Amino acid sequence: MTTRRADRWLTAASPVLLLVTWEILSRTGVLDPRYVPPPSAVLVTLAALVRSGELPYHLAVSVRRILAGFLLGAVPAVALGLAMGLNRGVRAALMPVVASIYPIPKIAVYPLIIFYLGIGEASKVSIVALSIFFLVLLNTMAGVIGLDRVYFNIARAYGAGARGVFSTVAWPGALPAIFTGLKLGMGFALIVIVGAELLGSDAGIGFMIWQSYQIFDVEKMFAGLLVTAVLGWGATMALDAIERRALPWQPWAQL
Amino acid sequence: MITTTIPESVGGPAIAVSGLTHVYSGGLEPVTALAGISLEVRAGEFCALIGPSGCGKTTLLHILAGLIVPASGTVTVPTRRNGRLPAALVFQGVSTFPWFTVRENVEYGLRVLGVPAEARRERALRHLEQVGLTAFRDAYPHQLSEGMRQRVSIARALAVDPDVLLMDEPFANLDEQNRLLLQDELLRLWQASGKTVLFVTHSLDEAIRLADRVLVMTARPGRIKSEVAVPFPRPRHFREVRRDPTYGALSARLWDELRDEALKAAGR
Repeated sequence: MTTRRADRWLTAASPVLLLVTWEILSRTGVLDPRYVPPPSAVLVTLAALVRSGELPYHLAVSVRRILAGFLLGAVPAVALGLAMGLNRGVRAALMPVVASIYPIPKIAVYPLIIFYLGIGEASKVSIVALSIFFLVLLNTMAGVIGLDRVYFNIARAYGAGARGVFSTVAWPGALPAIFTGLKLGMGFALIVIVGAELLGSDAGIGFMIWQSYQIFDVEKMFAGLLVTAVLGWGATMALDAIERRALPWQPWAQL
Repeated sequence: MITTTIPESVGGPAIAVSGLTHVYSGGLEPVTALAGISLEVRAGEFCALIGPSGCGKTTLLHILAGLIVPASGTVTVPTRRNGRLPAALVFQGVSTFPWFTVRENVEYGLRVLGVPAEARRERALRHLEQVGLTAFRDAYPHQLSEGMRQRVSIARALAVDPDVLLMDEPFANLDEQNRLLLQDELLRLWQASGKTVLFVTHSLDEAIRLADRVLVMTARPGRIKSEVAVPFPRPRHFREVRRDPTYGALSARLWDELRDEALKAAGR
């Protein structure tokens, strides 16, 4: 237990140490504060942005896009991933398509999406959905395929039909892999949405960063990055918490 | 072809297999796993099945459990009745579902059979008590030792109240002490329940210790080579059985039967 407490302490201390070092370097002029403002200045800017309502507005826009895109991408990805994991025919038919589209950087498809869907919300939600779809799909499929055959045999030996096998073996057995896919996907969703907002948008965290660049507001750019980092961290924490709730049977769930 | 009938009377055959042949055709060339197996297990009998690795023991059990449809031959096991399974299989190694609690694992067969939640909960708790795991009913398998998990598997099989218990090397992964404890426990459960047991094992000791009769299989393709009756009275006590001079003679006799087959299986 002592080791775990030490780990926790390190986890909390390392970012603080980094920020303190940064603050000192920037204040003493080792880092030019015009280019690299000290964290305290970034926090002051951040507070002002919150008070003015600018940050909450952009943050809400980005979060809404991520959530909508996440749902739109993850639900069909899980369904298709389960089908591909359970049925060799479906897998044989779809795997070539999936394997060839998966490695395309999704941000490179963004111009095409704008061309089809315009610059509004539909294109943002779609790019998020597209970017997480394949990750969740492949993880779900791997989760089903990786399940020990013995579990399927037990279900069948006790007389379970296709539906019983699905609900008592394939689905619960694949859930850990599905969560892995969702967590990886959350990171990608954030990367892609901020990227998309930089490229063509009129709102969102990415847009705020781009706008700050155009007026050389370095502190505001840093504030935008900070918010993005906190958003990613918060999303991961939230997914971890949901996973622990949903999968109490995992050995680490009781930590 | 599988036919199913209710055993005619107590003491009649609970399992009857005749001319059973099975060929696996999935691989590069077809593999004959079973070549004309015939055997009978009487109702209430504890029958052990030993044979060299790869001789088709597991295939035979999977056919009896209805997991595999055999190429030819007839298999007779009791028929399915309401809320019961004719033959329940305890799998090799540890085979509890990690995502279900201990109680949910024991309830599993009943759930598949469509037993209402309240009734299956009550039945599961009764069987958990029999294997001494009441305190662990809400634990998950990863919190249990292997021996305890195997107890859960046995309770799950007994919970569906089968006429026949098919066991596929259920204690193979346990250390010796746990194996001895679980063997005792299985004998106790068997004597209390009057079930028919077909118990596959690698271990001569285990076969002699548990069974009324030991069937010896040949190397692949598997057939029944011979059968050896085990005369020790019930209830059996390991220490007395070990001290009995008949024990050594039985063990030697079984090894004589098995040795050639084990050599064949090992490719010598």
